[in-house]
Amino acid sequence: MDKIMKKLIYLVASLTFASLLGIVAYIVIKGLPNLSLDLFRFNYTTENMSLVPAMITTIIITIIALIISIPIGILTAIYLVEYANKNIIMKFISIAIDTLSGIPSIIYGLFGMIFFVTYLNLGFSILAGSFTLSIMVLPLIITTTRESLLTVSDSLRQGSLALGATKVRTIFKVVLPCALPGIFSGIILSIGRIFGESAALIYTAGTVAQIPENLFSSGRTLSVHMFALSTEGLHTDKAYGTAFVLMIIILLINFLSNQVIKKISKEK
Amino acid sequence: MKKNKSDLIRYLFFLSAILSIALIILISFFLFKEGTVIFKEVGFLNFILGKDWSPTNTPSSFGILPMILGSLYITLIAILIGGPVGIITAVFLVYYTKDKHYRFLKSIINLMAGIPSIIYGFFGMVVLVPAVRYLFPSNGNSILTAGILLSIMILPTVINLSEVAIRAVPRFYYEGALALGSSKERSIFKVVLPAAKSGVISSLILGIGRAVGETMAVVMVAGNQPRMPKGIFKGARTLTTNIVMEMSYASGVHRNALIGTAVVLFMIILIINLVFTIFKERNVNG
Repeated sequence: MDKIMKKLIYLVASLTFASLLGIVAYIVIKGLPNLSLDLFRFNYTTENMSLVPAMITTIIITIIALIISIPIGILTAIYLVEYANKNIIMKFISIAIDTLSGIPSIIYGLFGMIFFVTYLNLGFSILAGSFTLSIMVLPLIITTTRESLLTVSDSLRQGSLALGATKVRTIFKVVLPCALPGIFSGIILSIGRIFGESAALIYTAGTVAQIPENLFSSGRTLSVHMFALSTEGLHTDKAYGTAFVLMIIILLINFLSNQVIKKISKEK
Repeated sequence: MKKNKSDLIRYLFFLSAILSIALIILISFFLFKEGTVIFKEVGFLNFILGKDWSPTNTPSSFGILPMILGSLYITLIAILIGGPVGIITAVFLVYYTKDKHYRFLKSIINLMAGIPSIIYGFFGMVVLVPAVRYLFPSNGNSILTAGILLSIMILPTVINLSEVAIRAVPRFYYEGALALGSSKERSIFKVVLPAAKSGVISSLILGIGRAVGETMAVVMVAGNQPRMPKGIFKGARTLTTNIVMEMSYASGVHRNALIGTAVVLFMIILIINLVFTIFKERNVNG
């Protein structure tokens, strides 16, 4: 009986890891031969289905979304760790953050469409998409920052205060620098989320496949581009190629965040 | 002067923190404002229990029961497969993995969590759909296919949270059981897992939340027919895919009906989150 149980555990676990490695391997093996120069032309046409414009759009949206959510996220986490006492407001803020992180991206997309696109009259635009995503990654940045602030030892804080530094100075000069690697890994995770997001962007940033002229023009990110390619069904080879590029980017982001985490655990 | 400055900064921290609450209120307000129009138009019960969704017909009909059931069936399959597999994998990571392998396996799980839904969807479309078509009498785009794909997608969530819950069980529970002569497997399944129950259940609840909210991967494999589900080998449409399929051309009442679909989805997610919080807190206290 125990032997069977043990075999079952090994079997199920190998199934889990095999399914993931299978997906990665499949995309890489099928994608690599389908890479072509066409995919990397600067201008998109319905002939070449280039992913360069989508790539540029993705980078712009990522930067804007992060410029908004990083400061707010870090300040929130500082408030939660360094200032808030266990009162009712603190409880409400925690519930709000948990709720935000549980909301599916399609609902963020719909909210972005109603609020940013229509109500604030931004239209399908890079800005509307970026704002929507900045809300979406906010809980991720808050929770990772909060966790890494919590790991900073209290004696550092007390030492700094005892030397006569103000609380604010202590936070910015002592606590934050110590928590930096953790915050950094949260930011990398957020970049991954933004690169992979599609449902929240279709009805906010729209699906125009060209390089956006300005922040008020519509543009599709790499994931949205990938979705369009694979559902149109006309350019399967290009879809494989694009999937490969997206997969490599995600692998790189993941590798980076692993390196950061490794660095953190080495320092301790 | 200095006092004032630090008060000001403190105020800034507080404002940022309050923003999360403000965002929830803002999101709810705008969704409900535009979505509840349809509840008044056709009646809330008619909307969620109506079996017919034909928004462009005259007269049009807005019933989302097919999508509610579609979401339910697909999520059920996902959690029935992904739940046990995820929990057992978590057990494997805690009790059957050497330290030097652990970091590698853990990074695979984290990578799995980082893969975009669009890649999962594409994989489902080019691999799972043909496989299901080949194995079962169906065209491949089905409730079963979507359920299998989601069961893979929710694995990281279930594994990571279950692992935390299992590790939180005091080591002497396990060692005590071993000392009493029970086998390793018996100790894990009869002593450790029951002790980690609320944490493990909360991991399943969060997995359900992920499955219910998933959109882009499902739309690529589920068939998306807006009719009452007719068995797991047939296609179905979920709440999320209903929104993403039709929003691009919807206007007027149809648009309100789609936002109403999002309101129903939002309420389901809020309930799931609430249950999750209750179980999570119980885990901390117990």
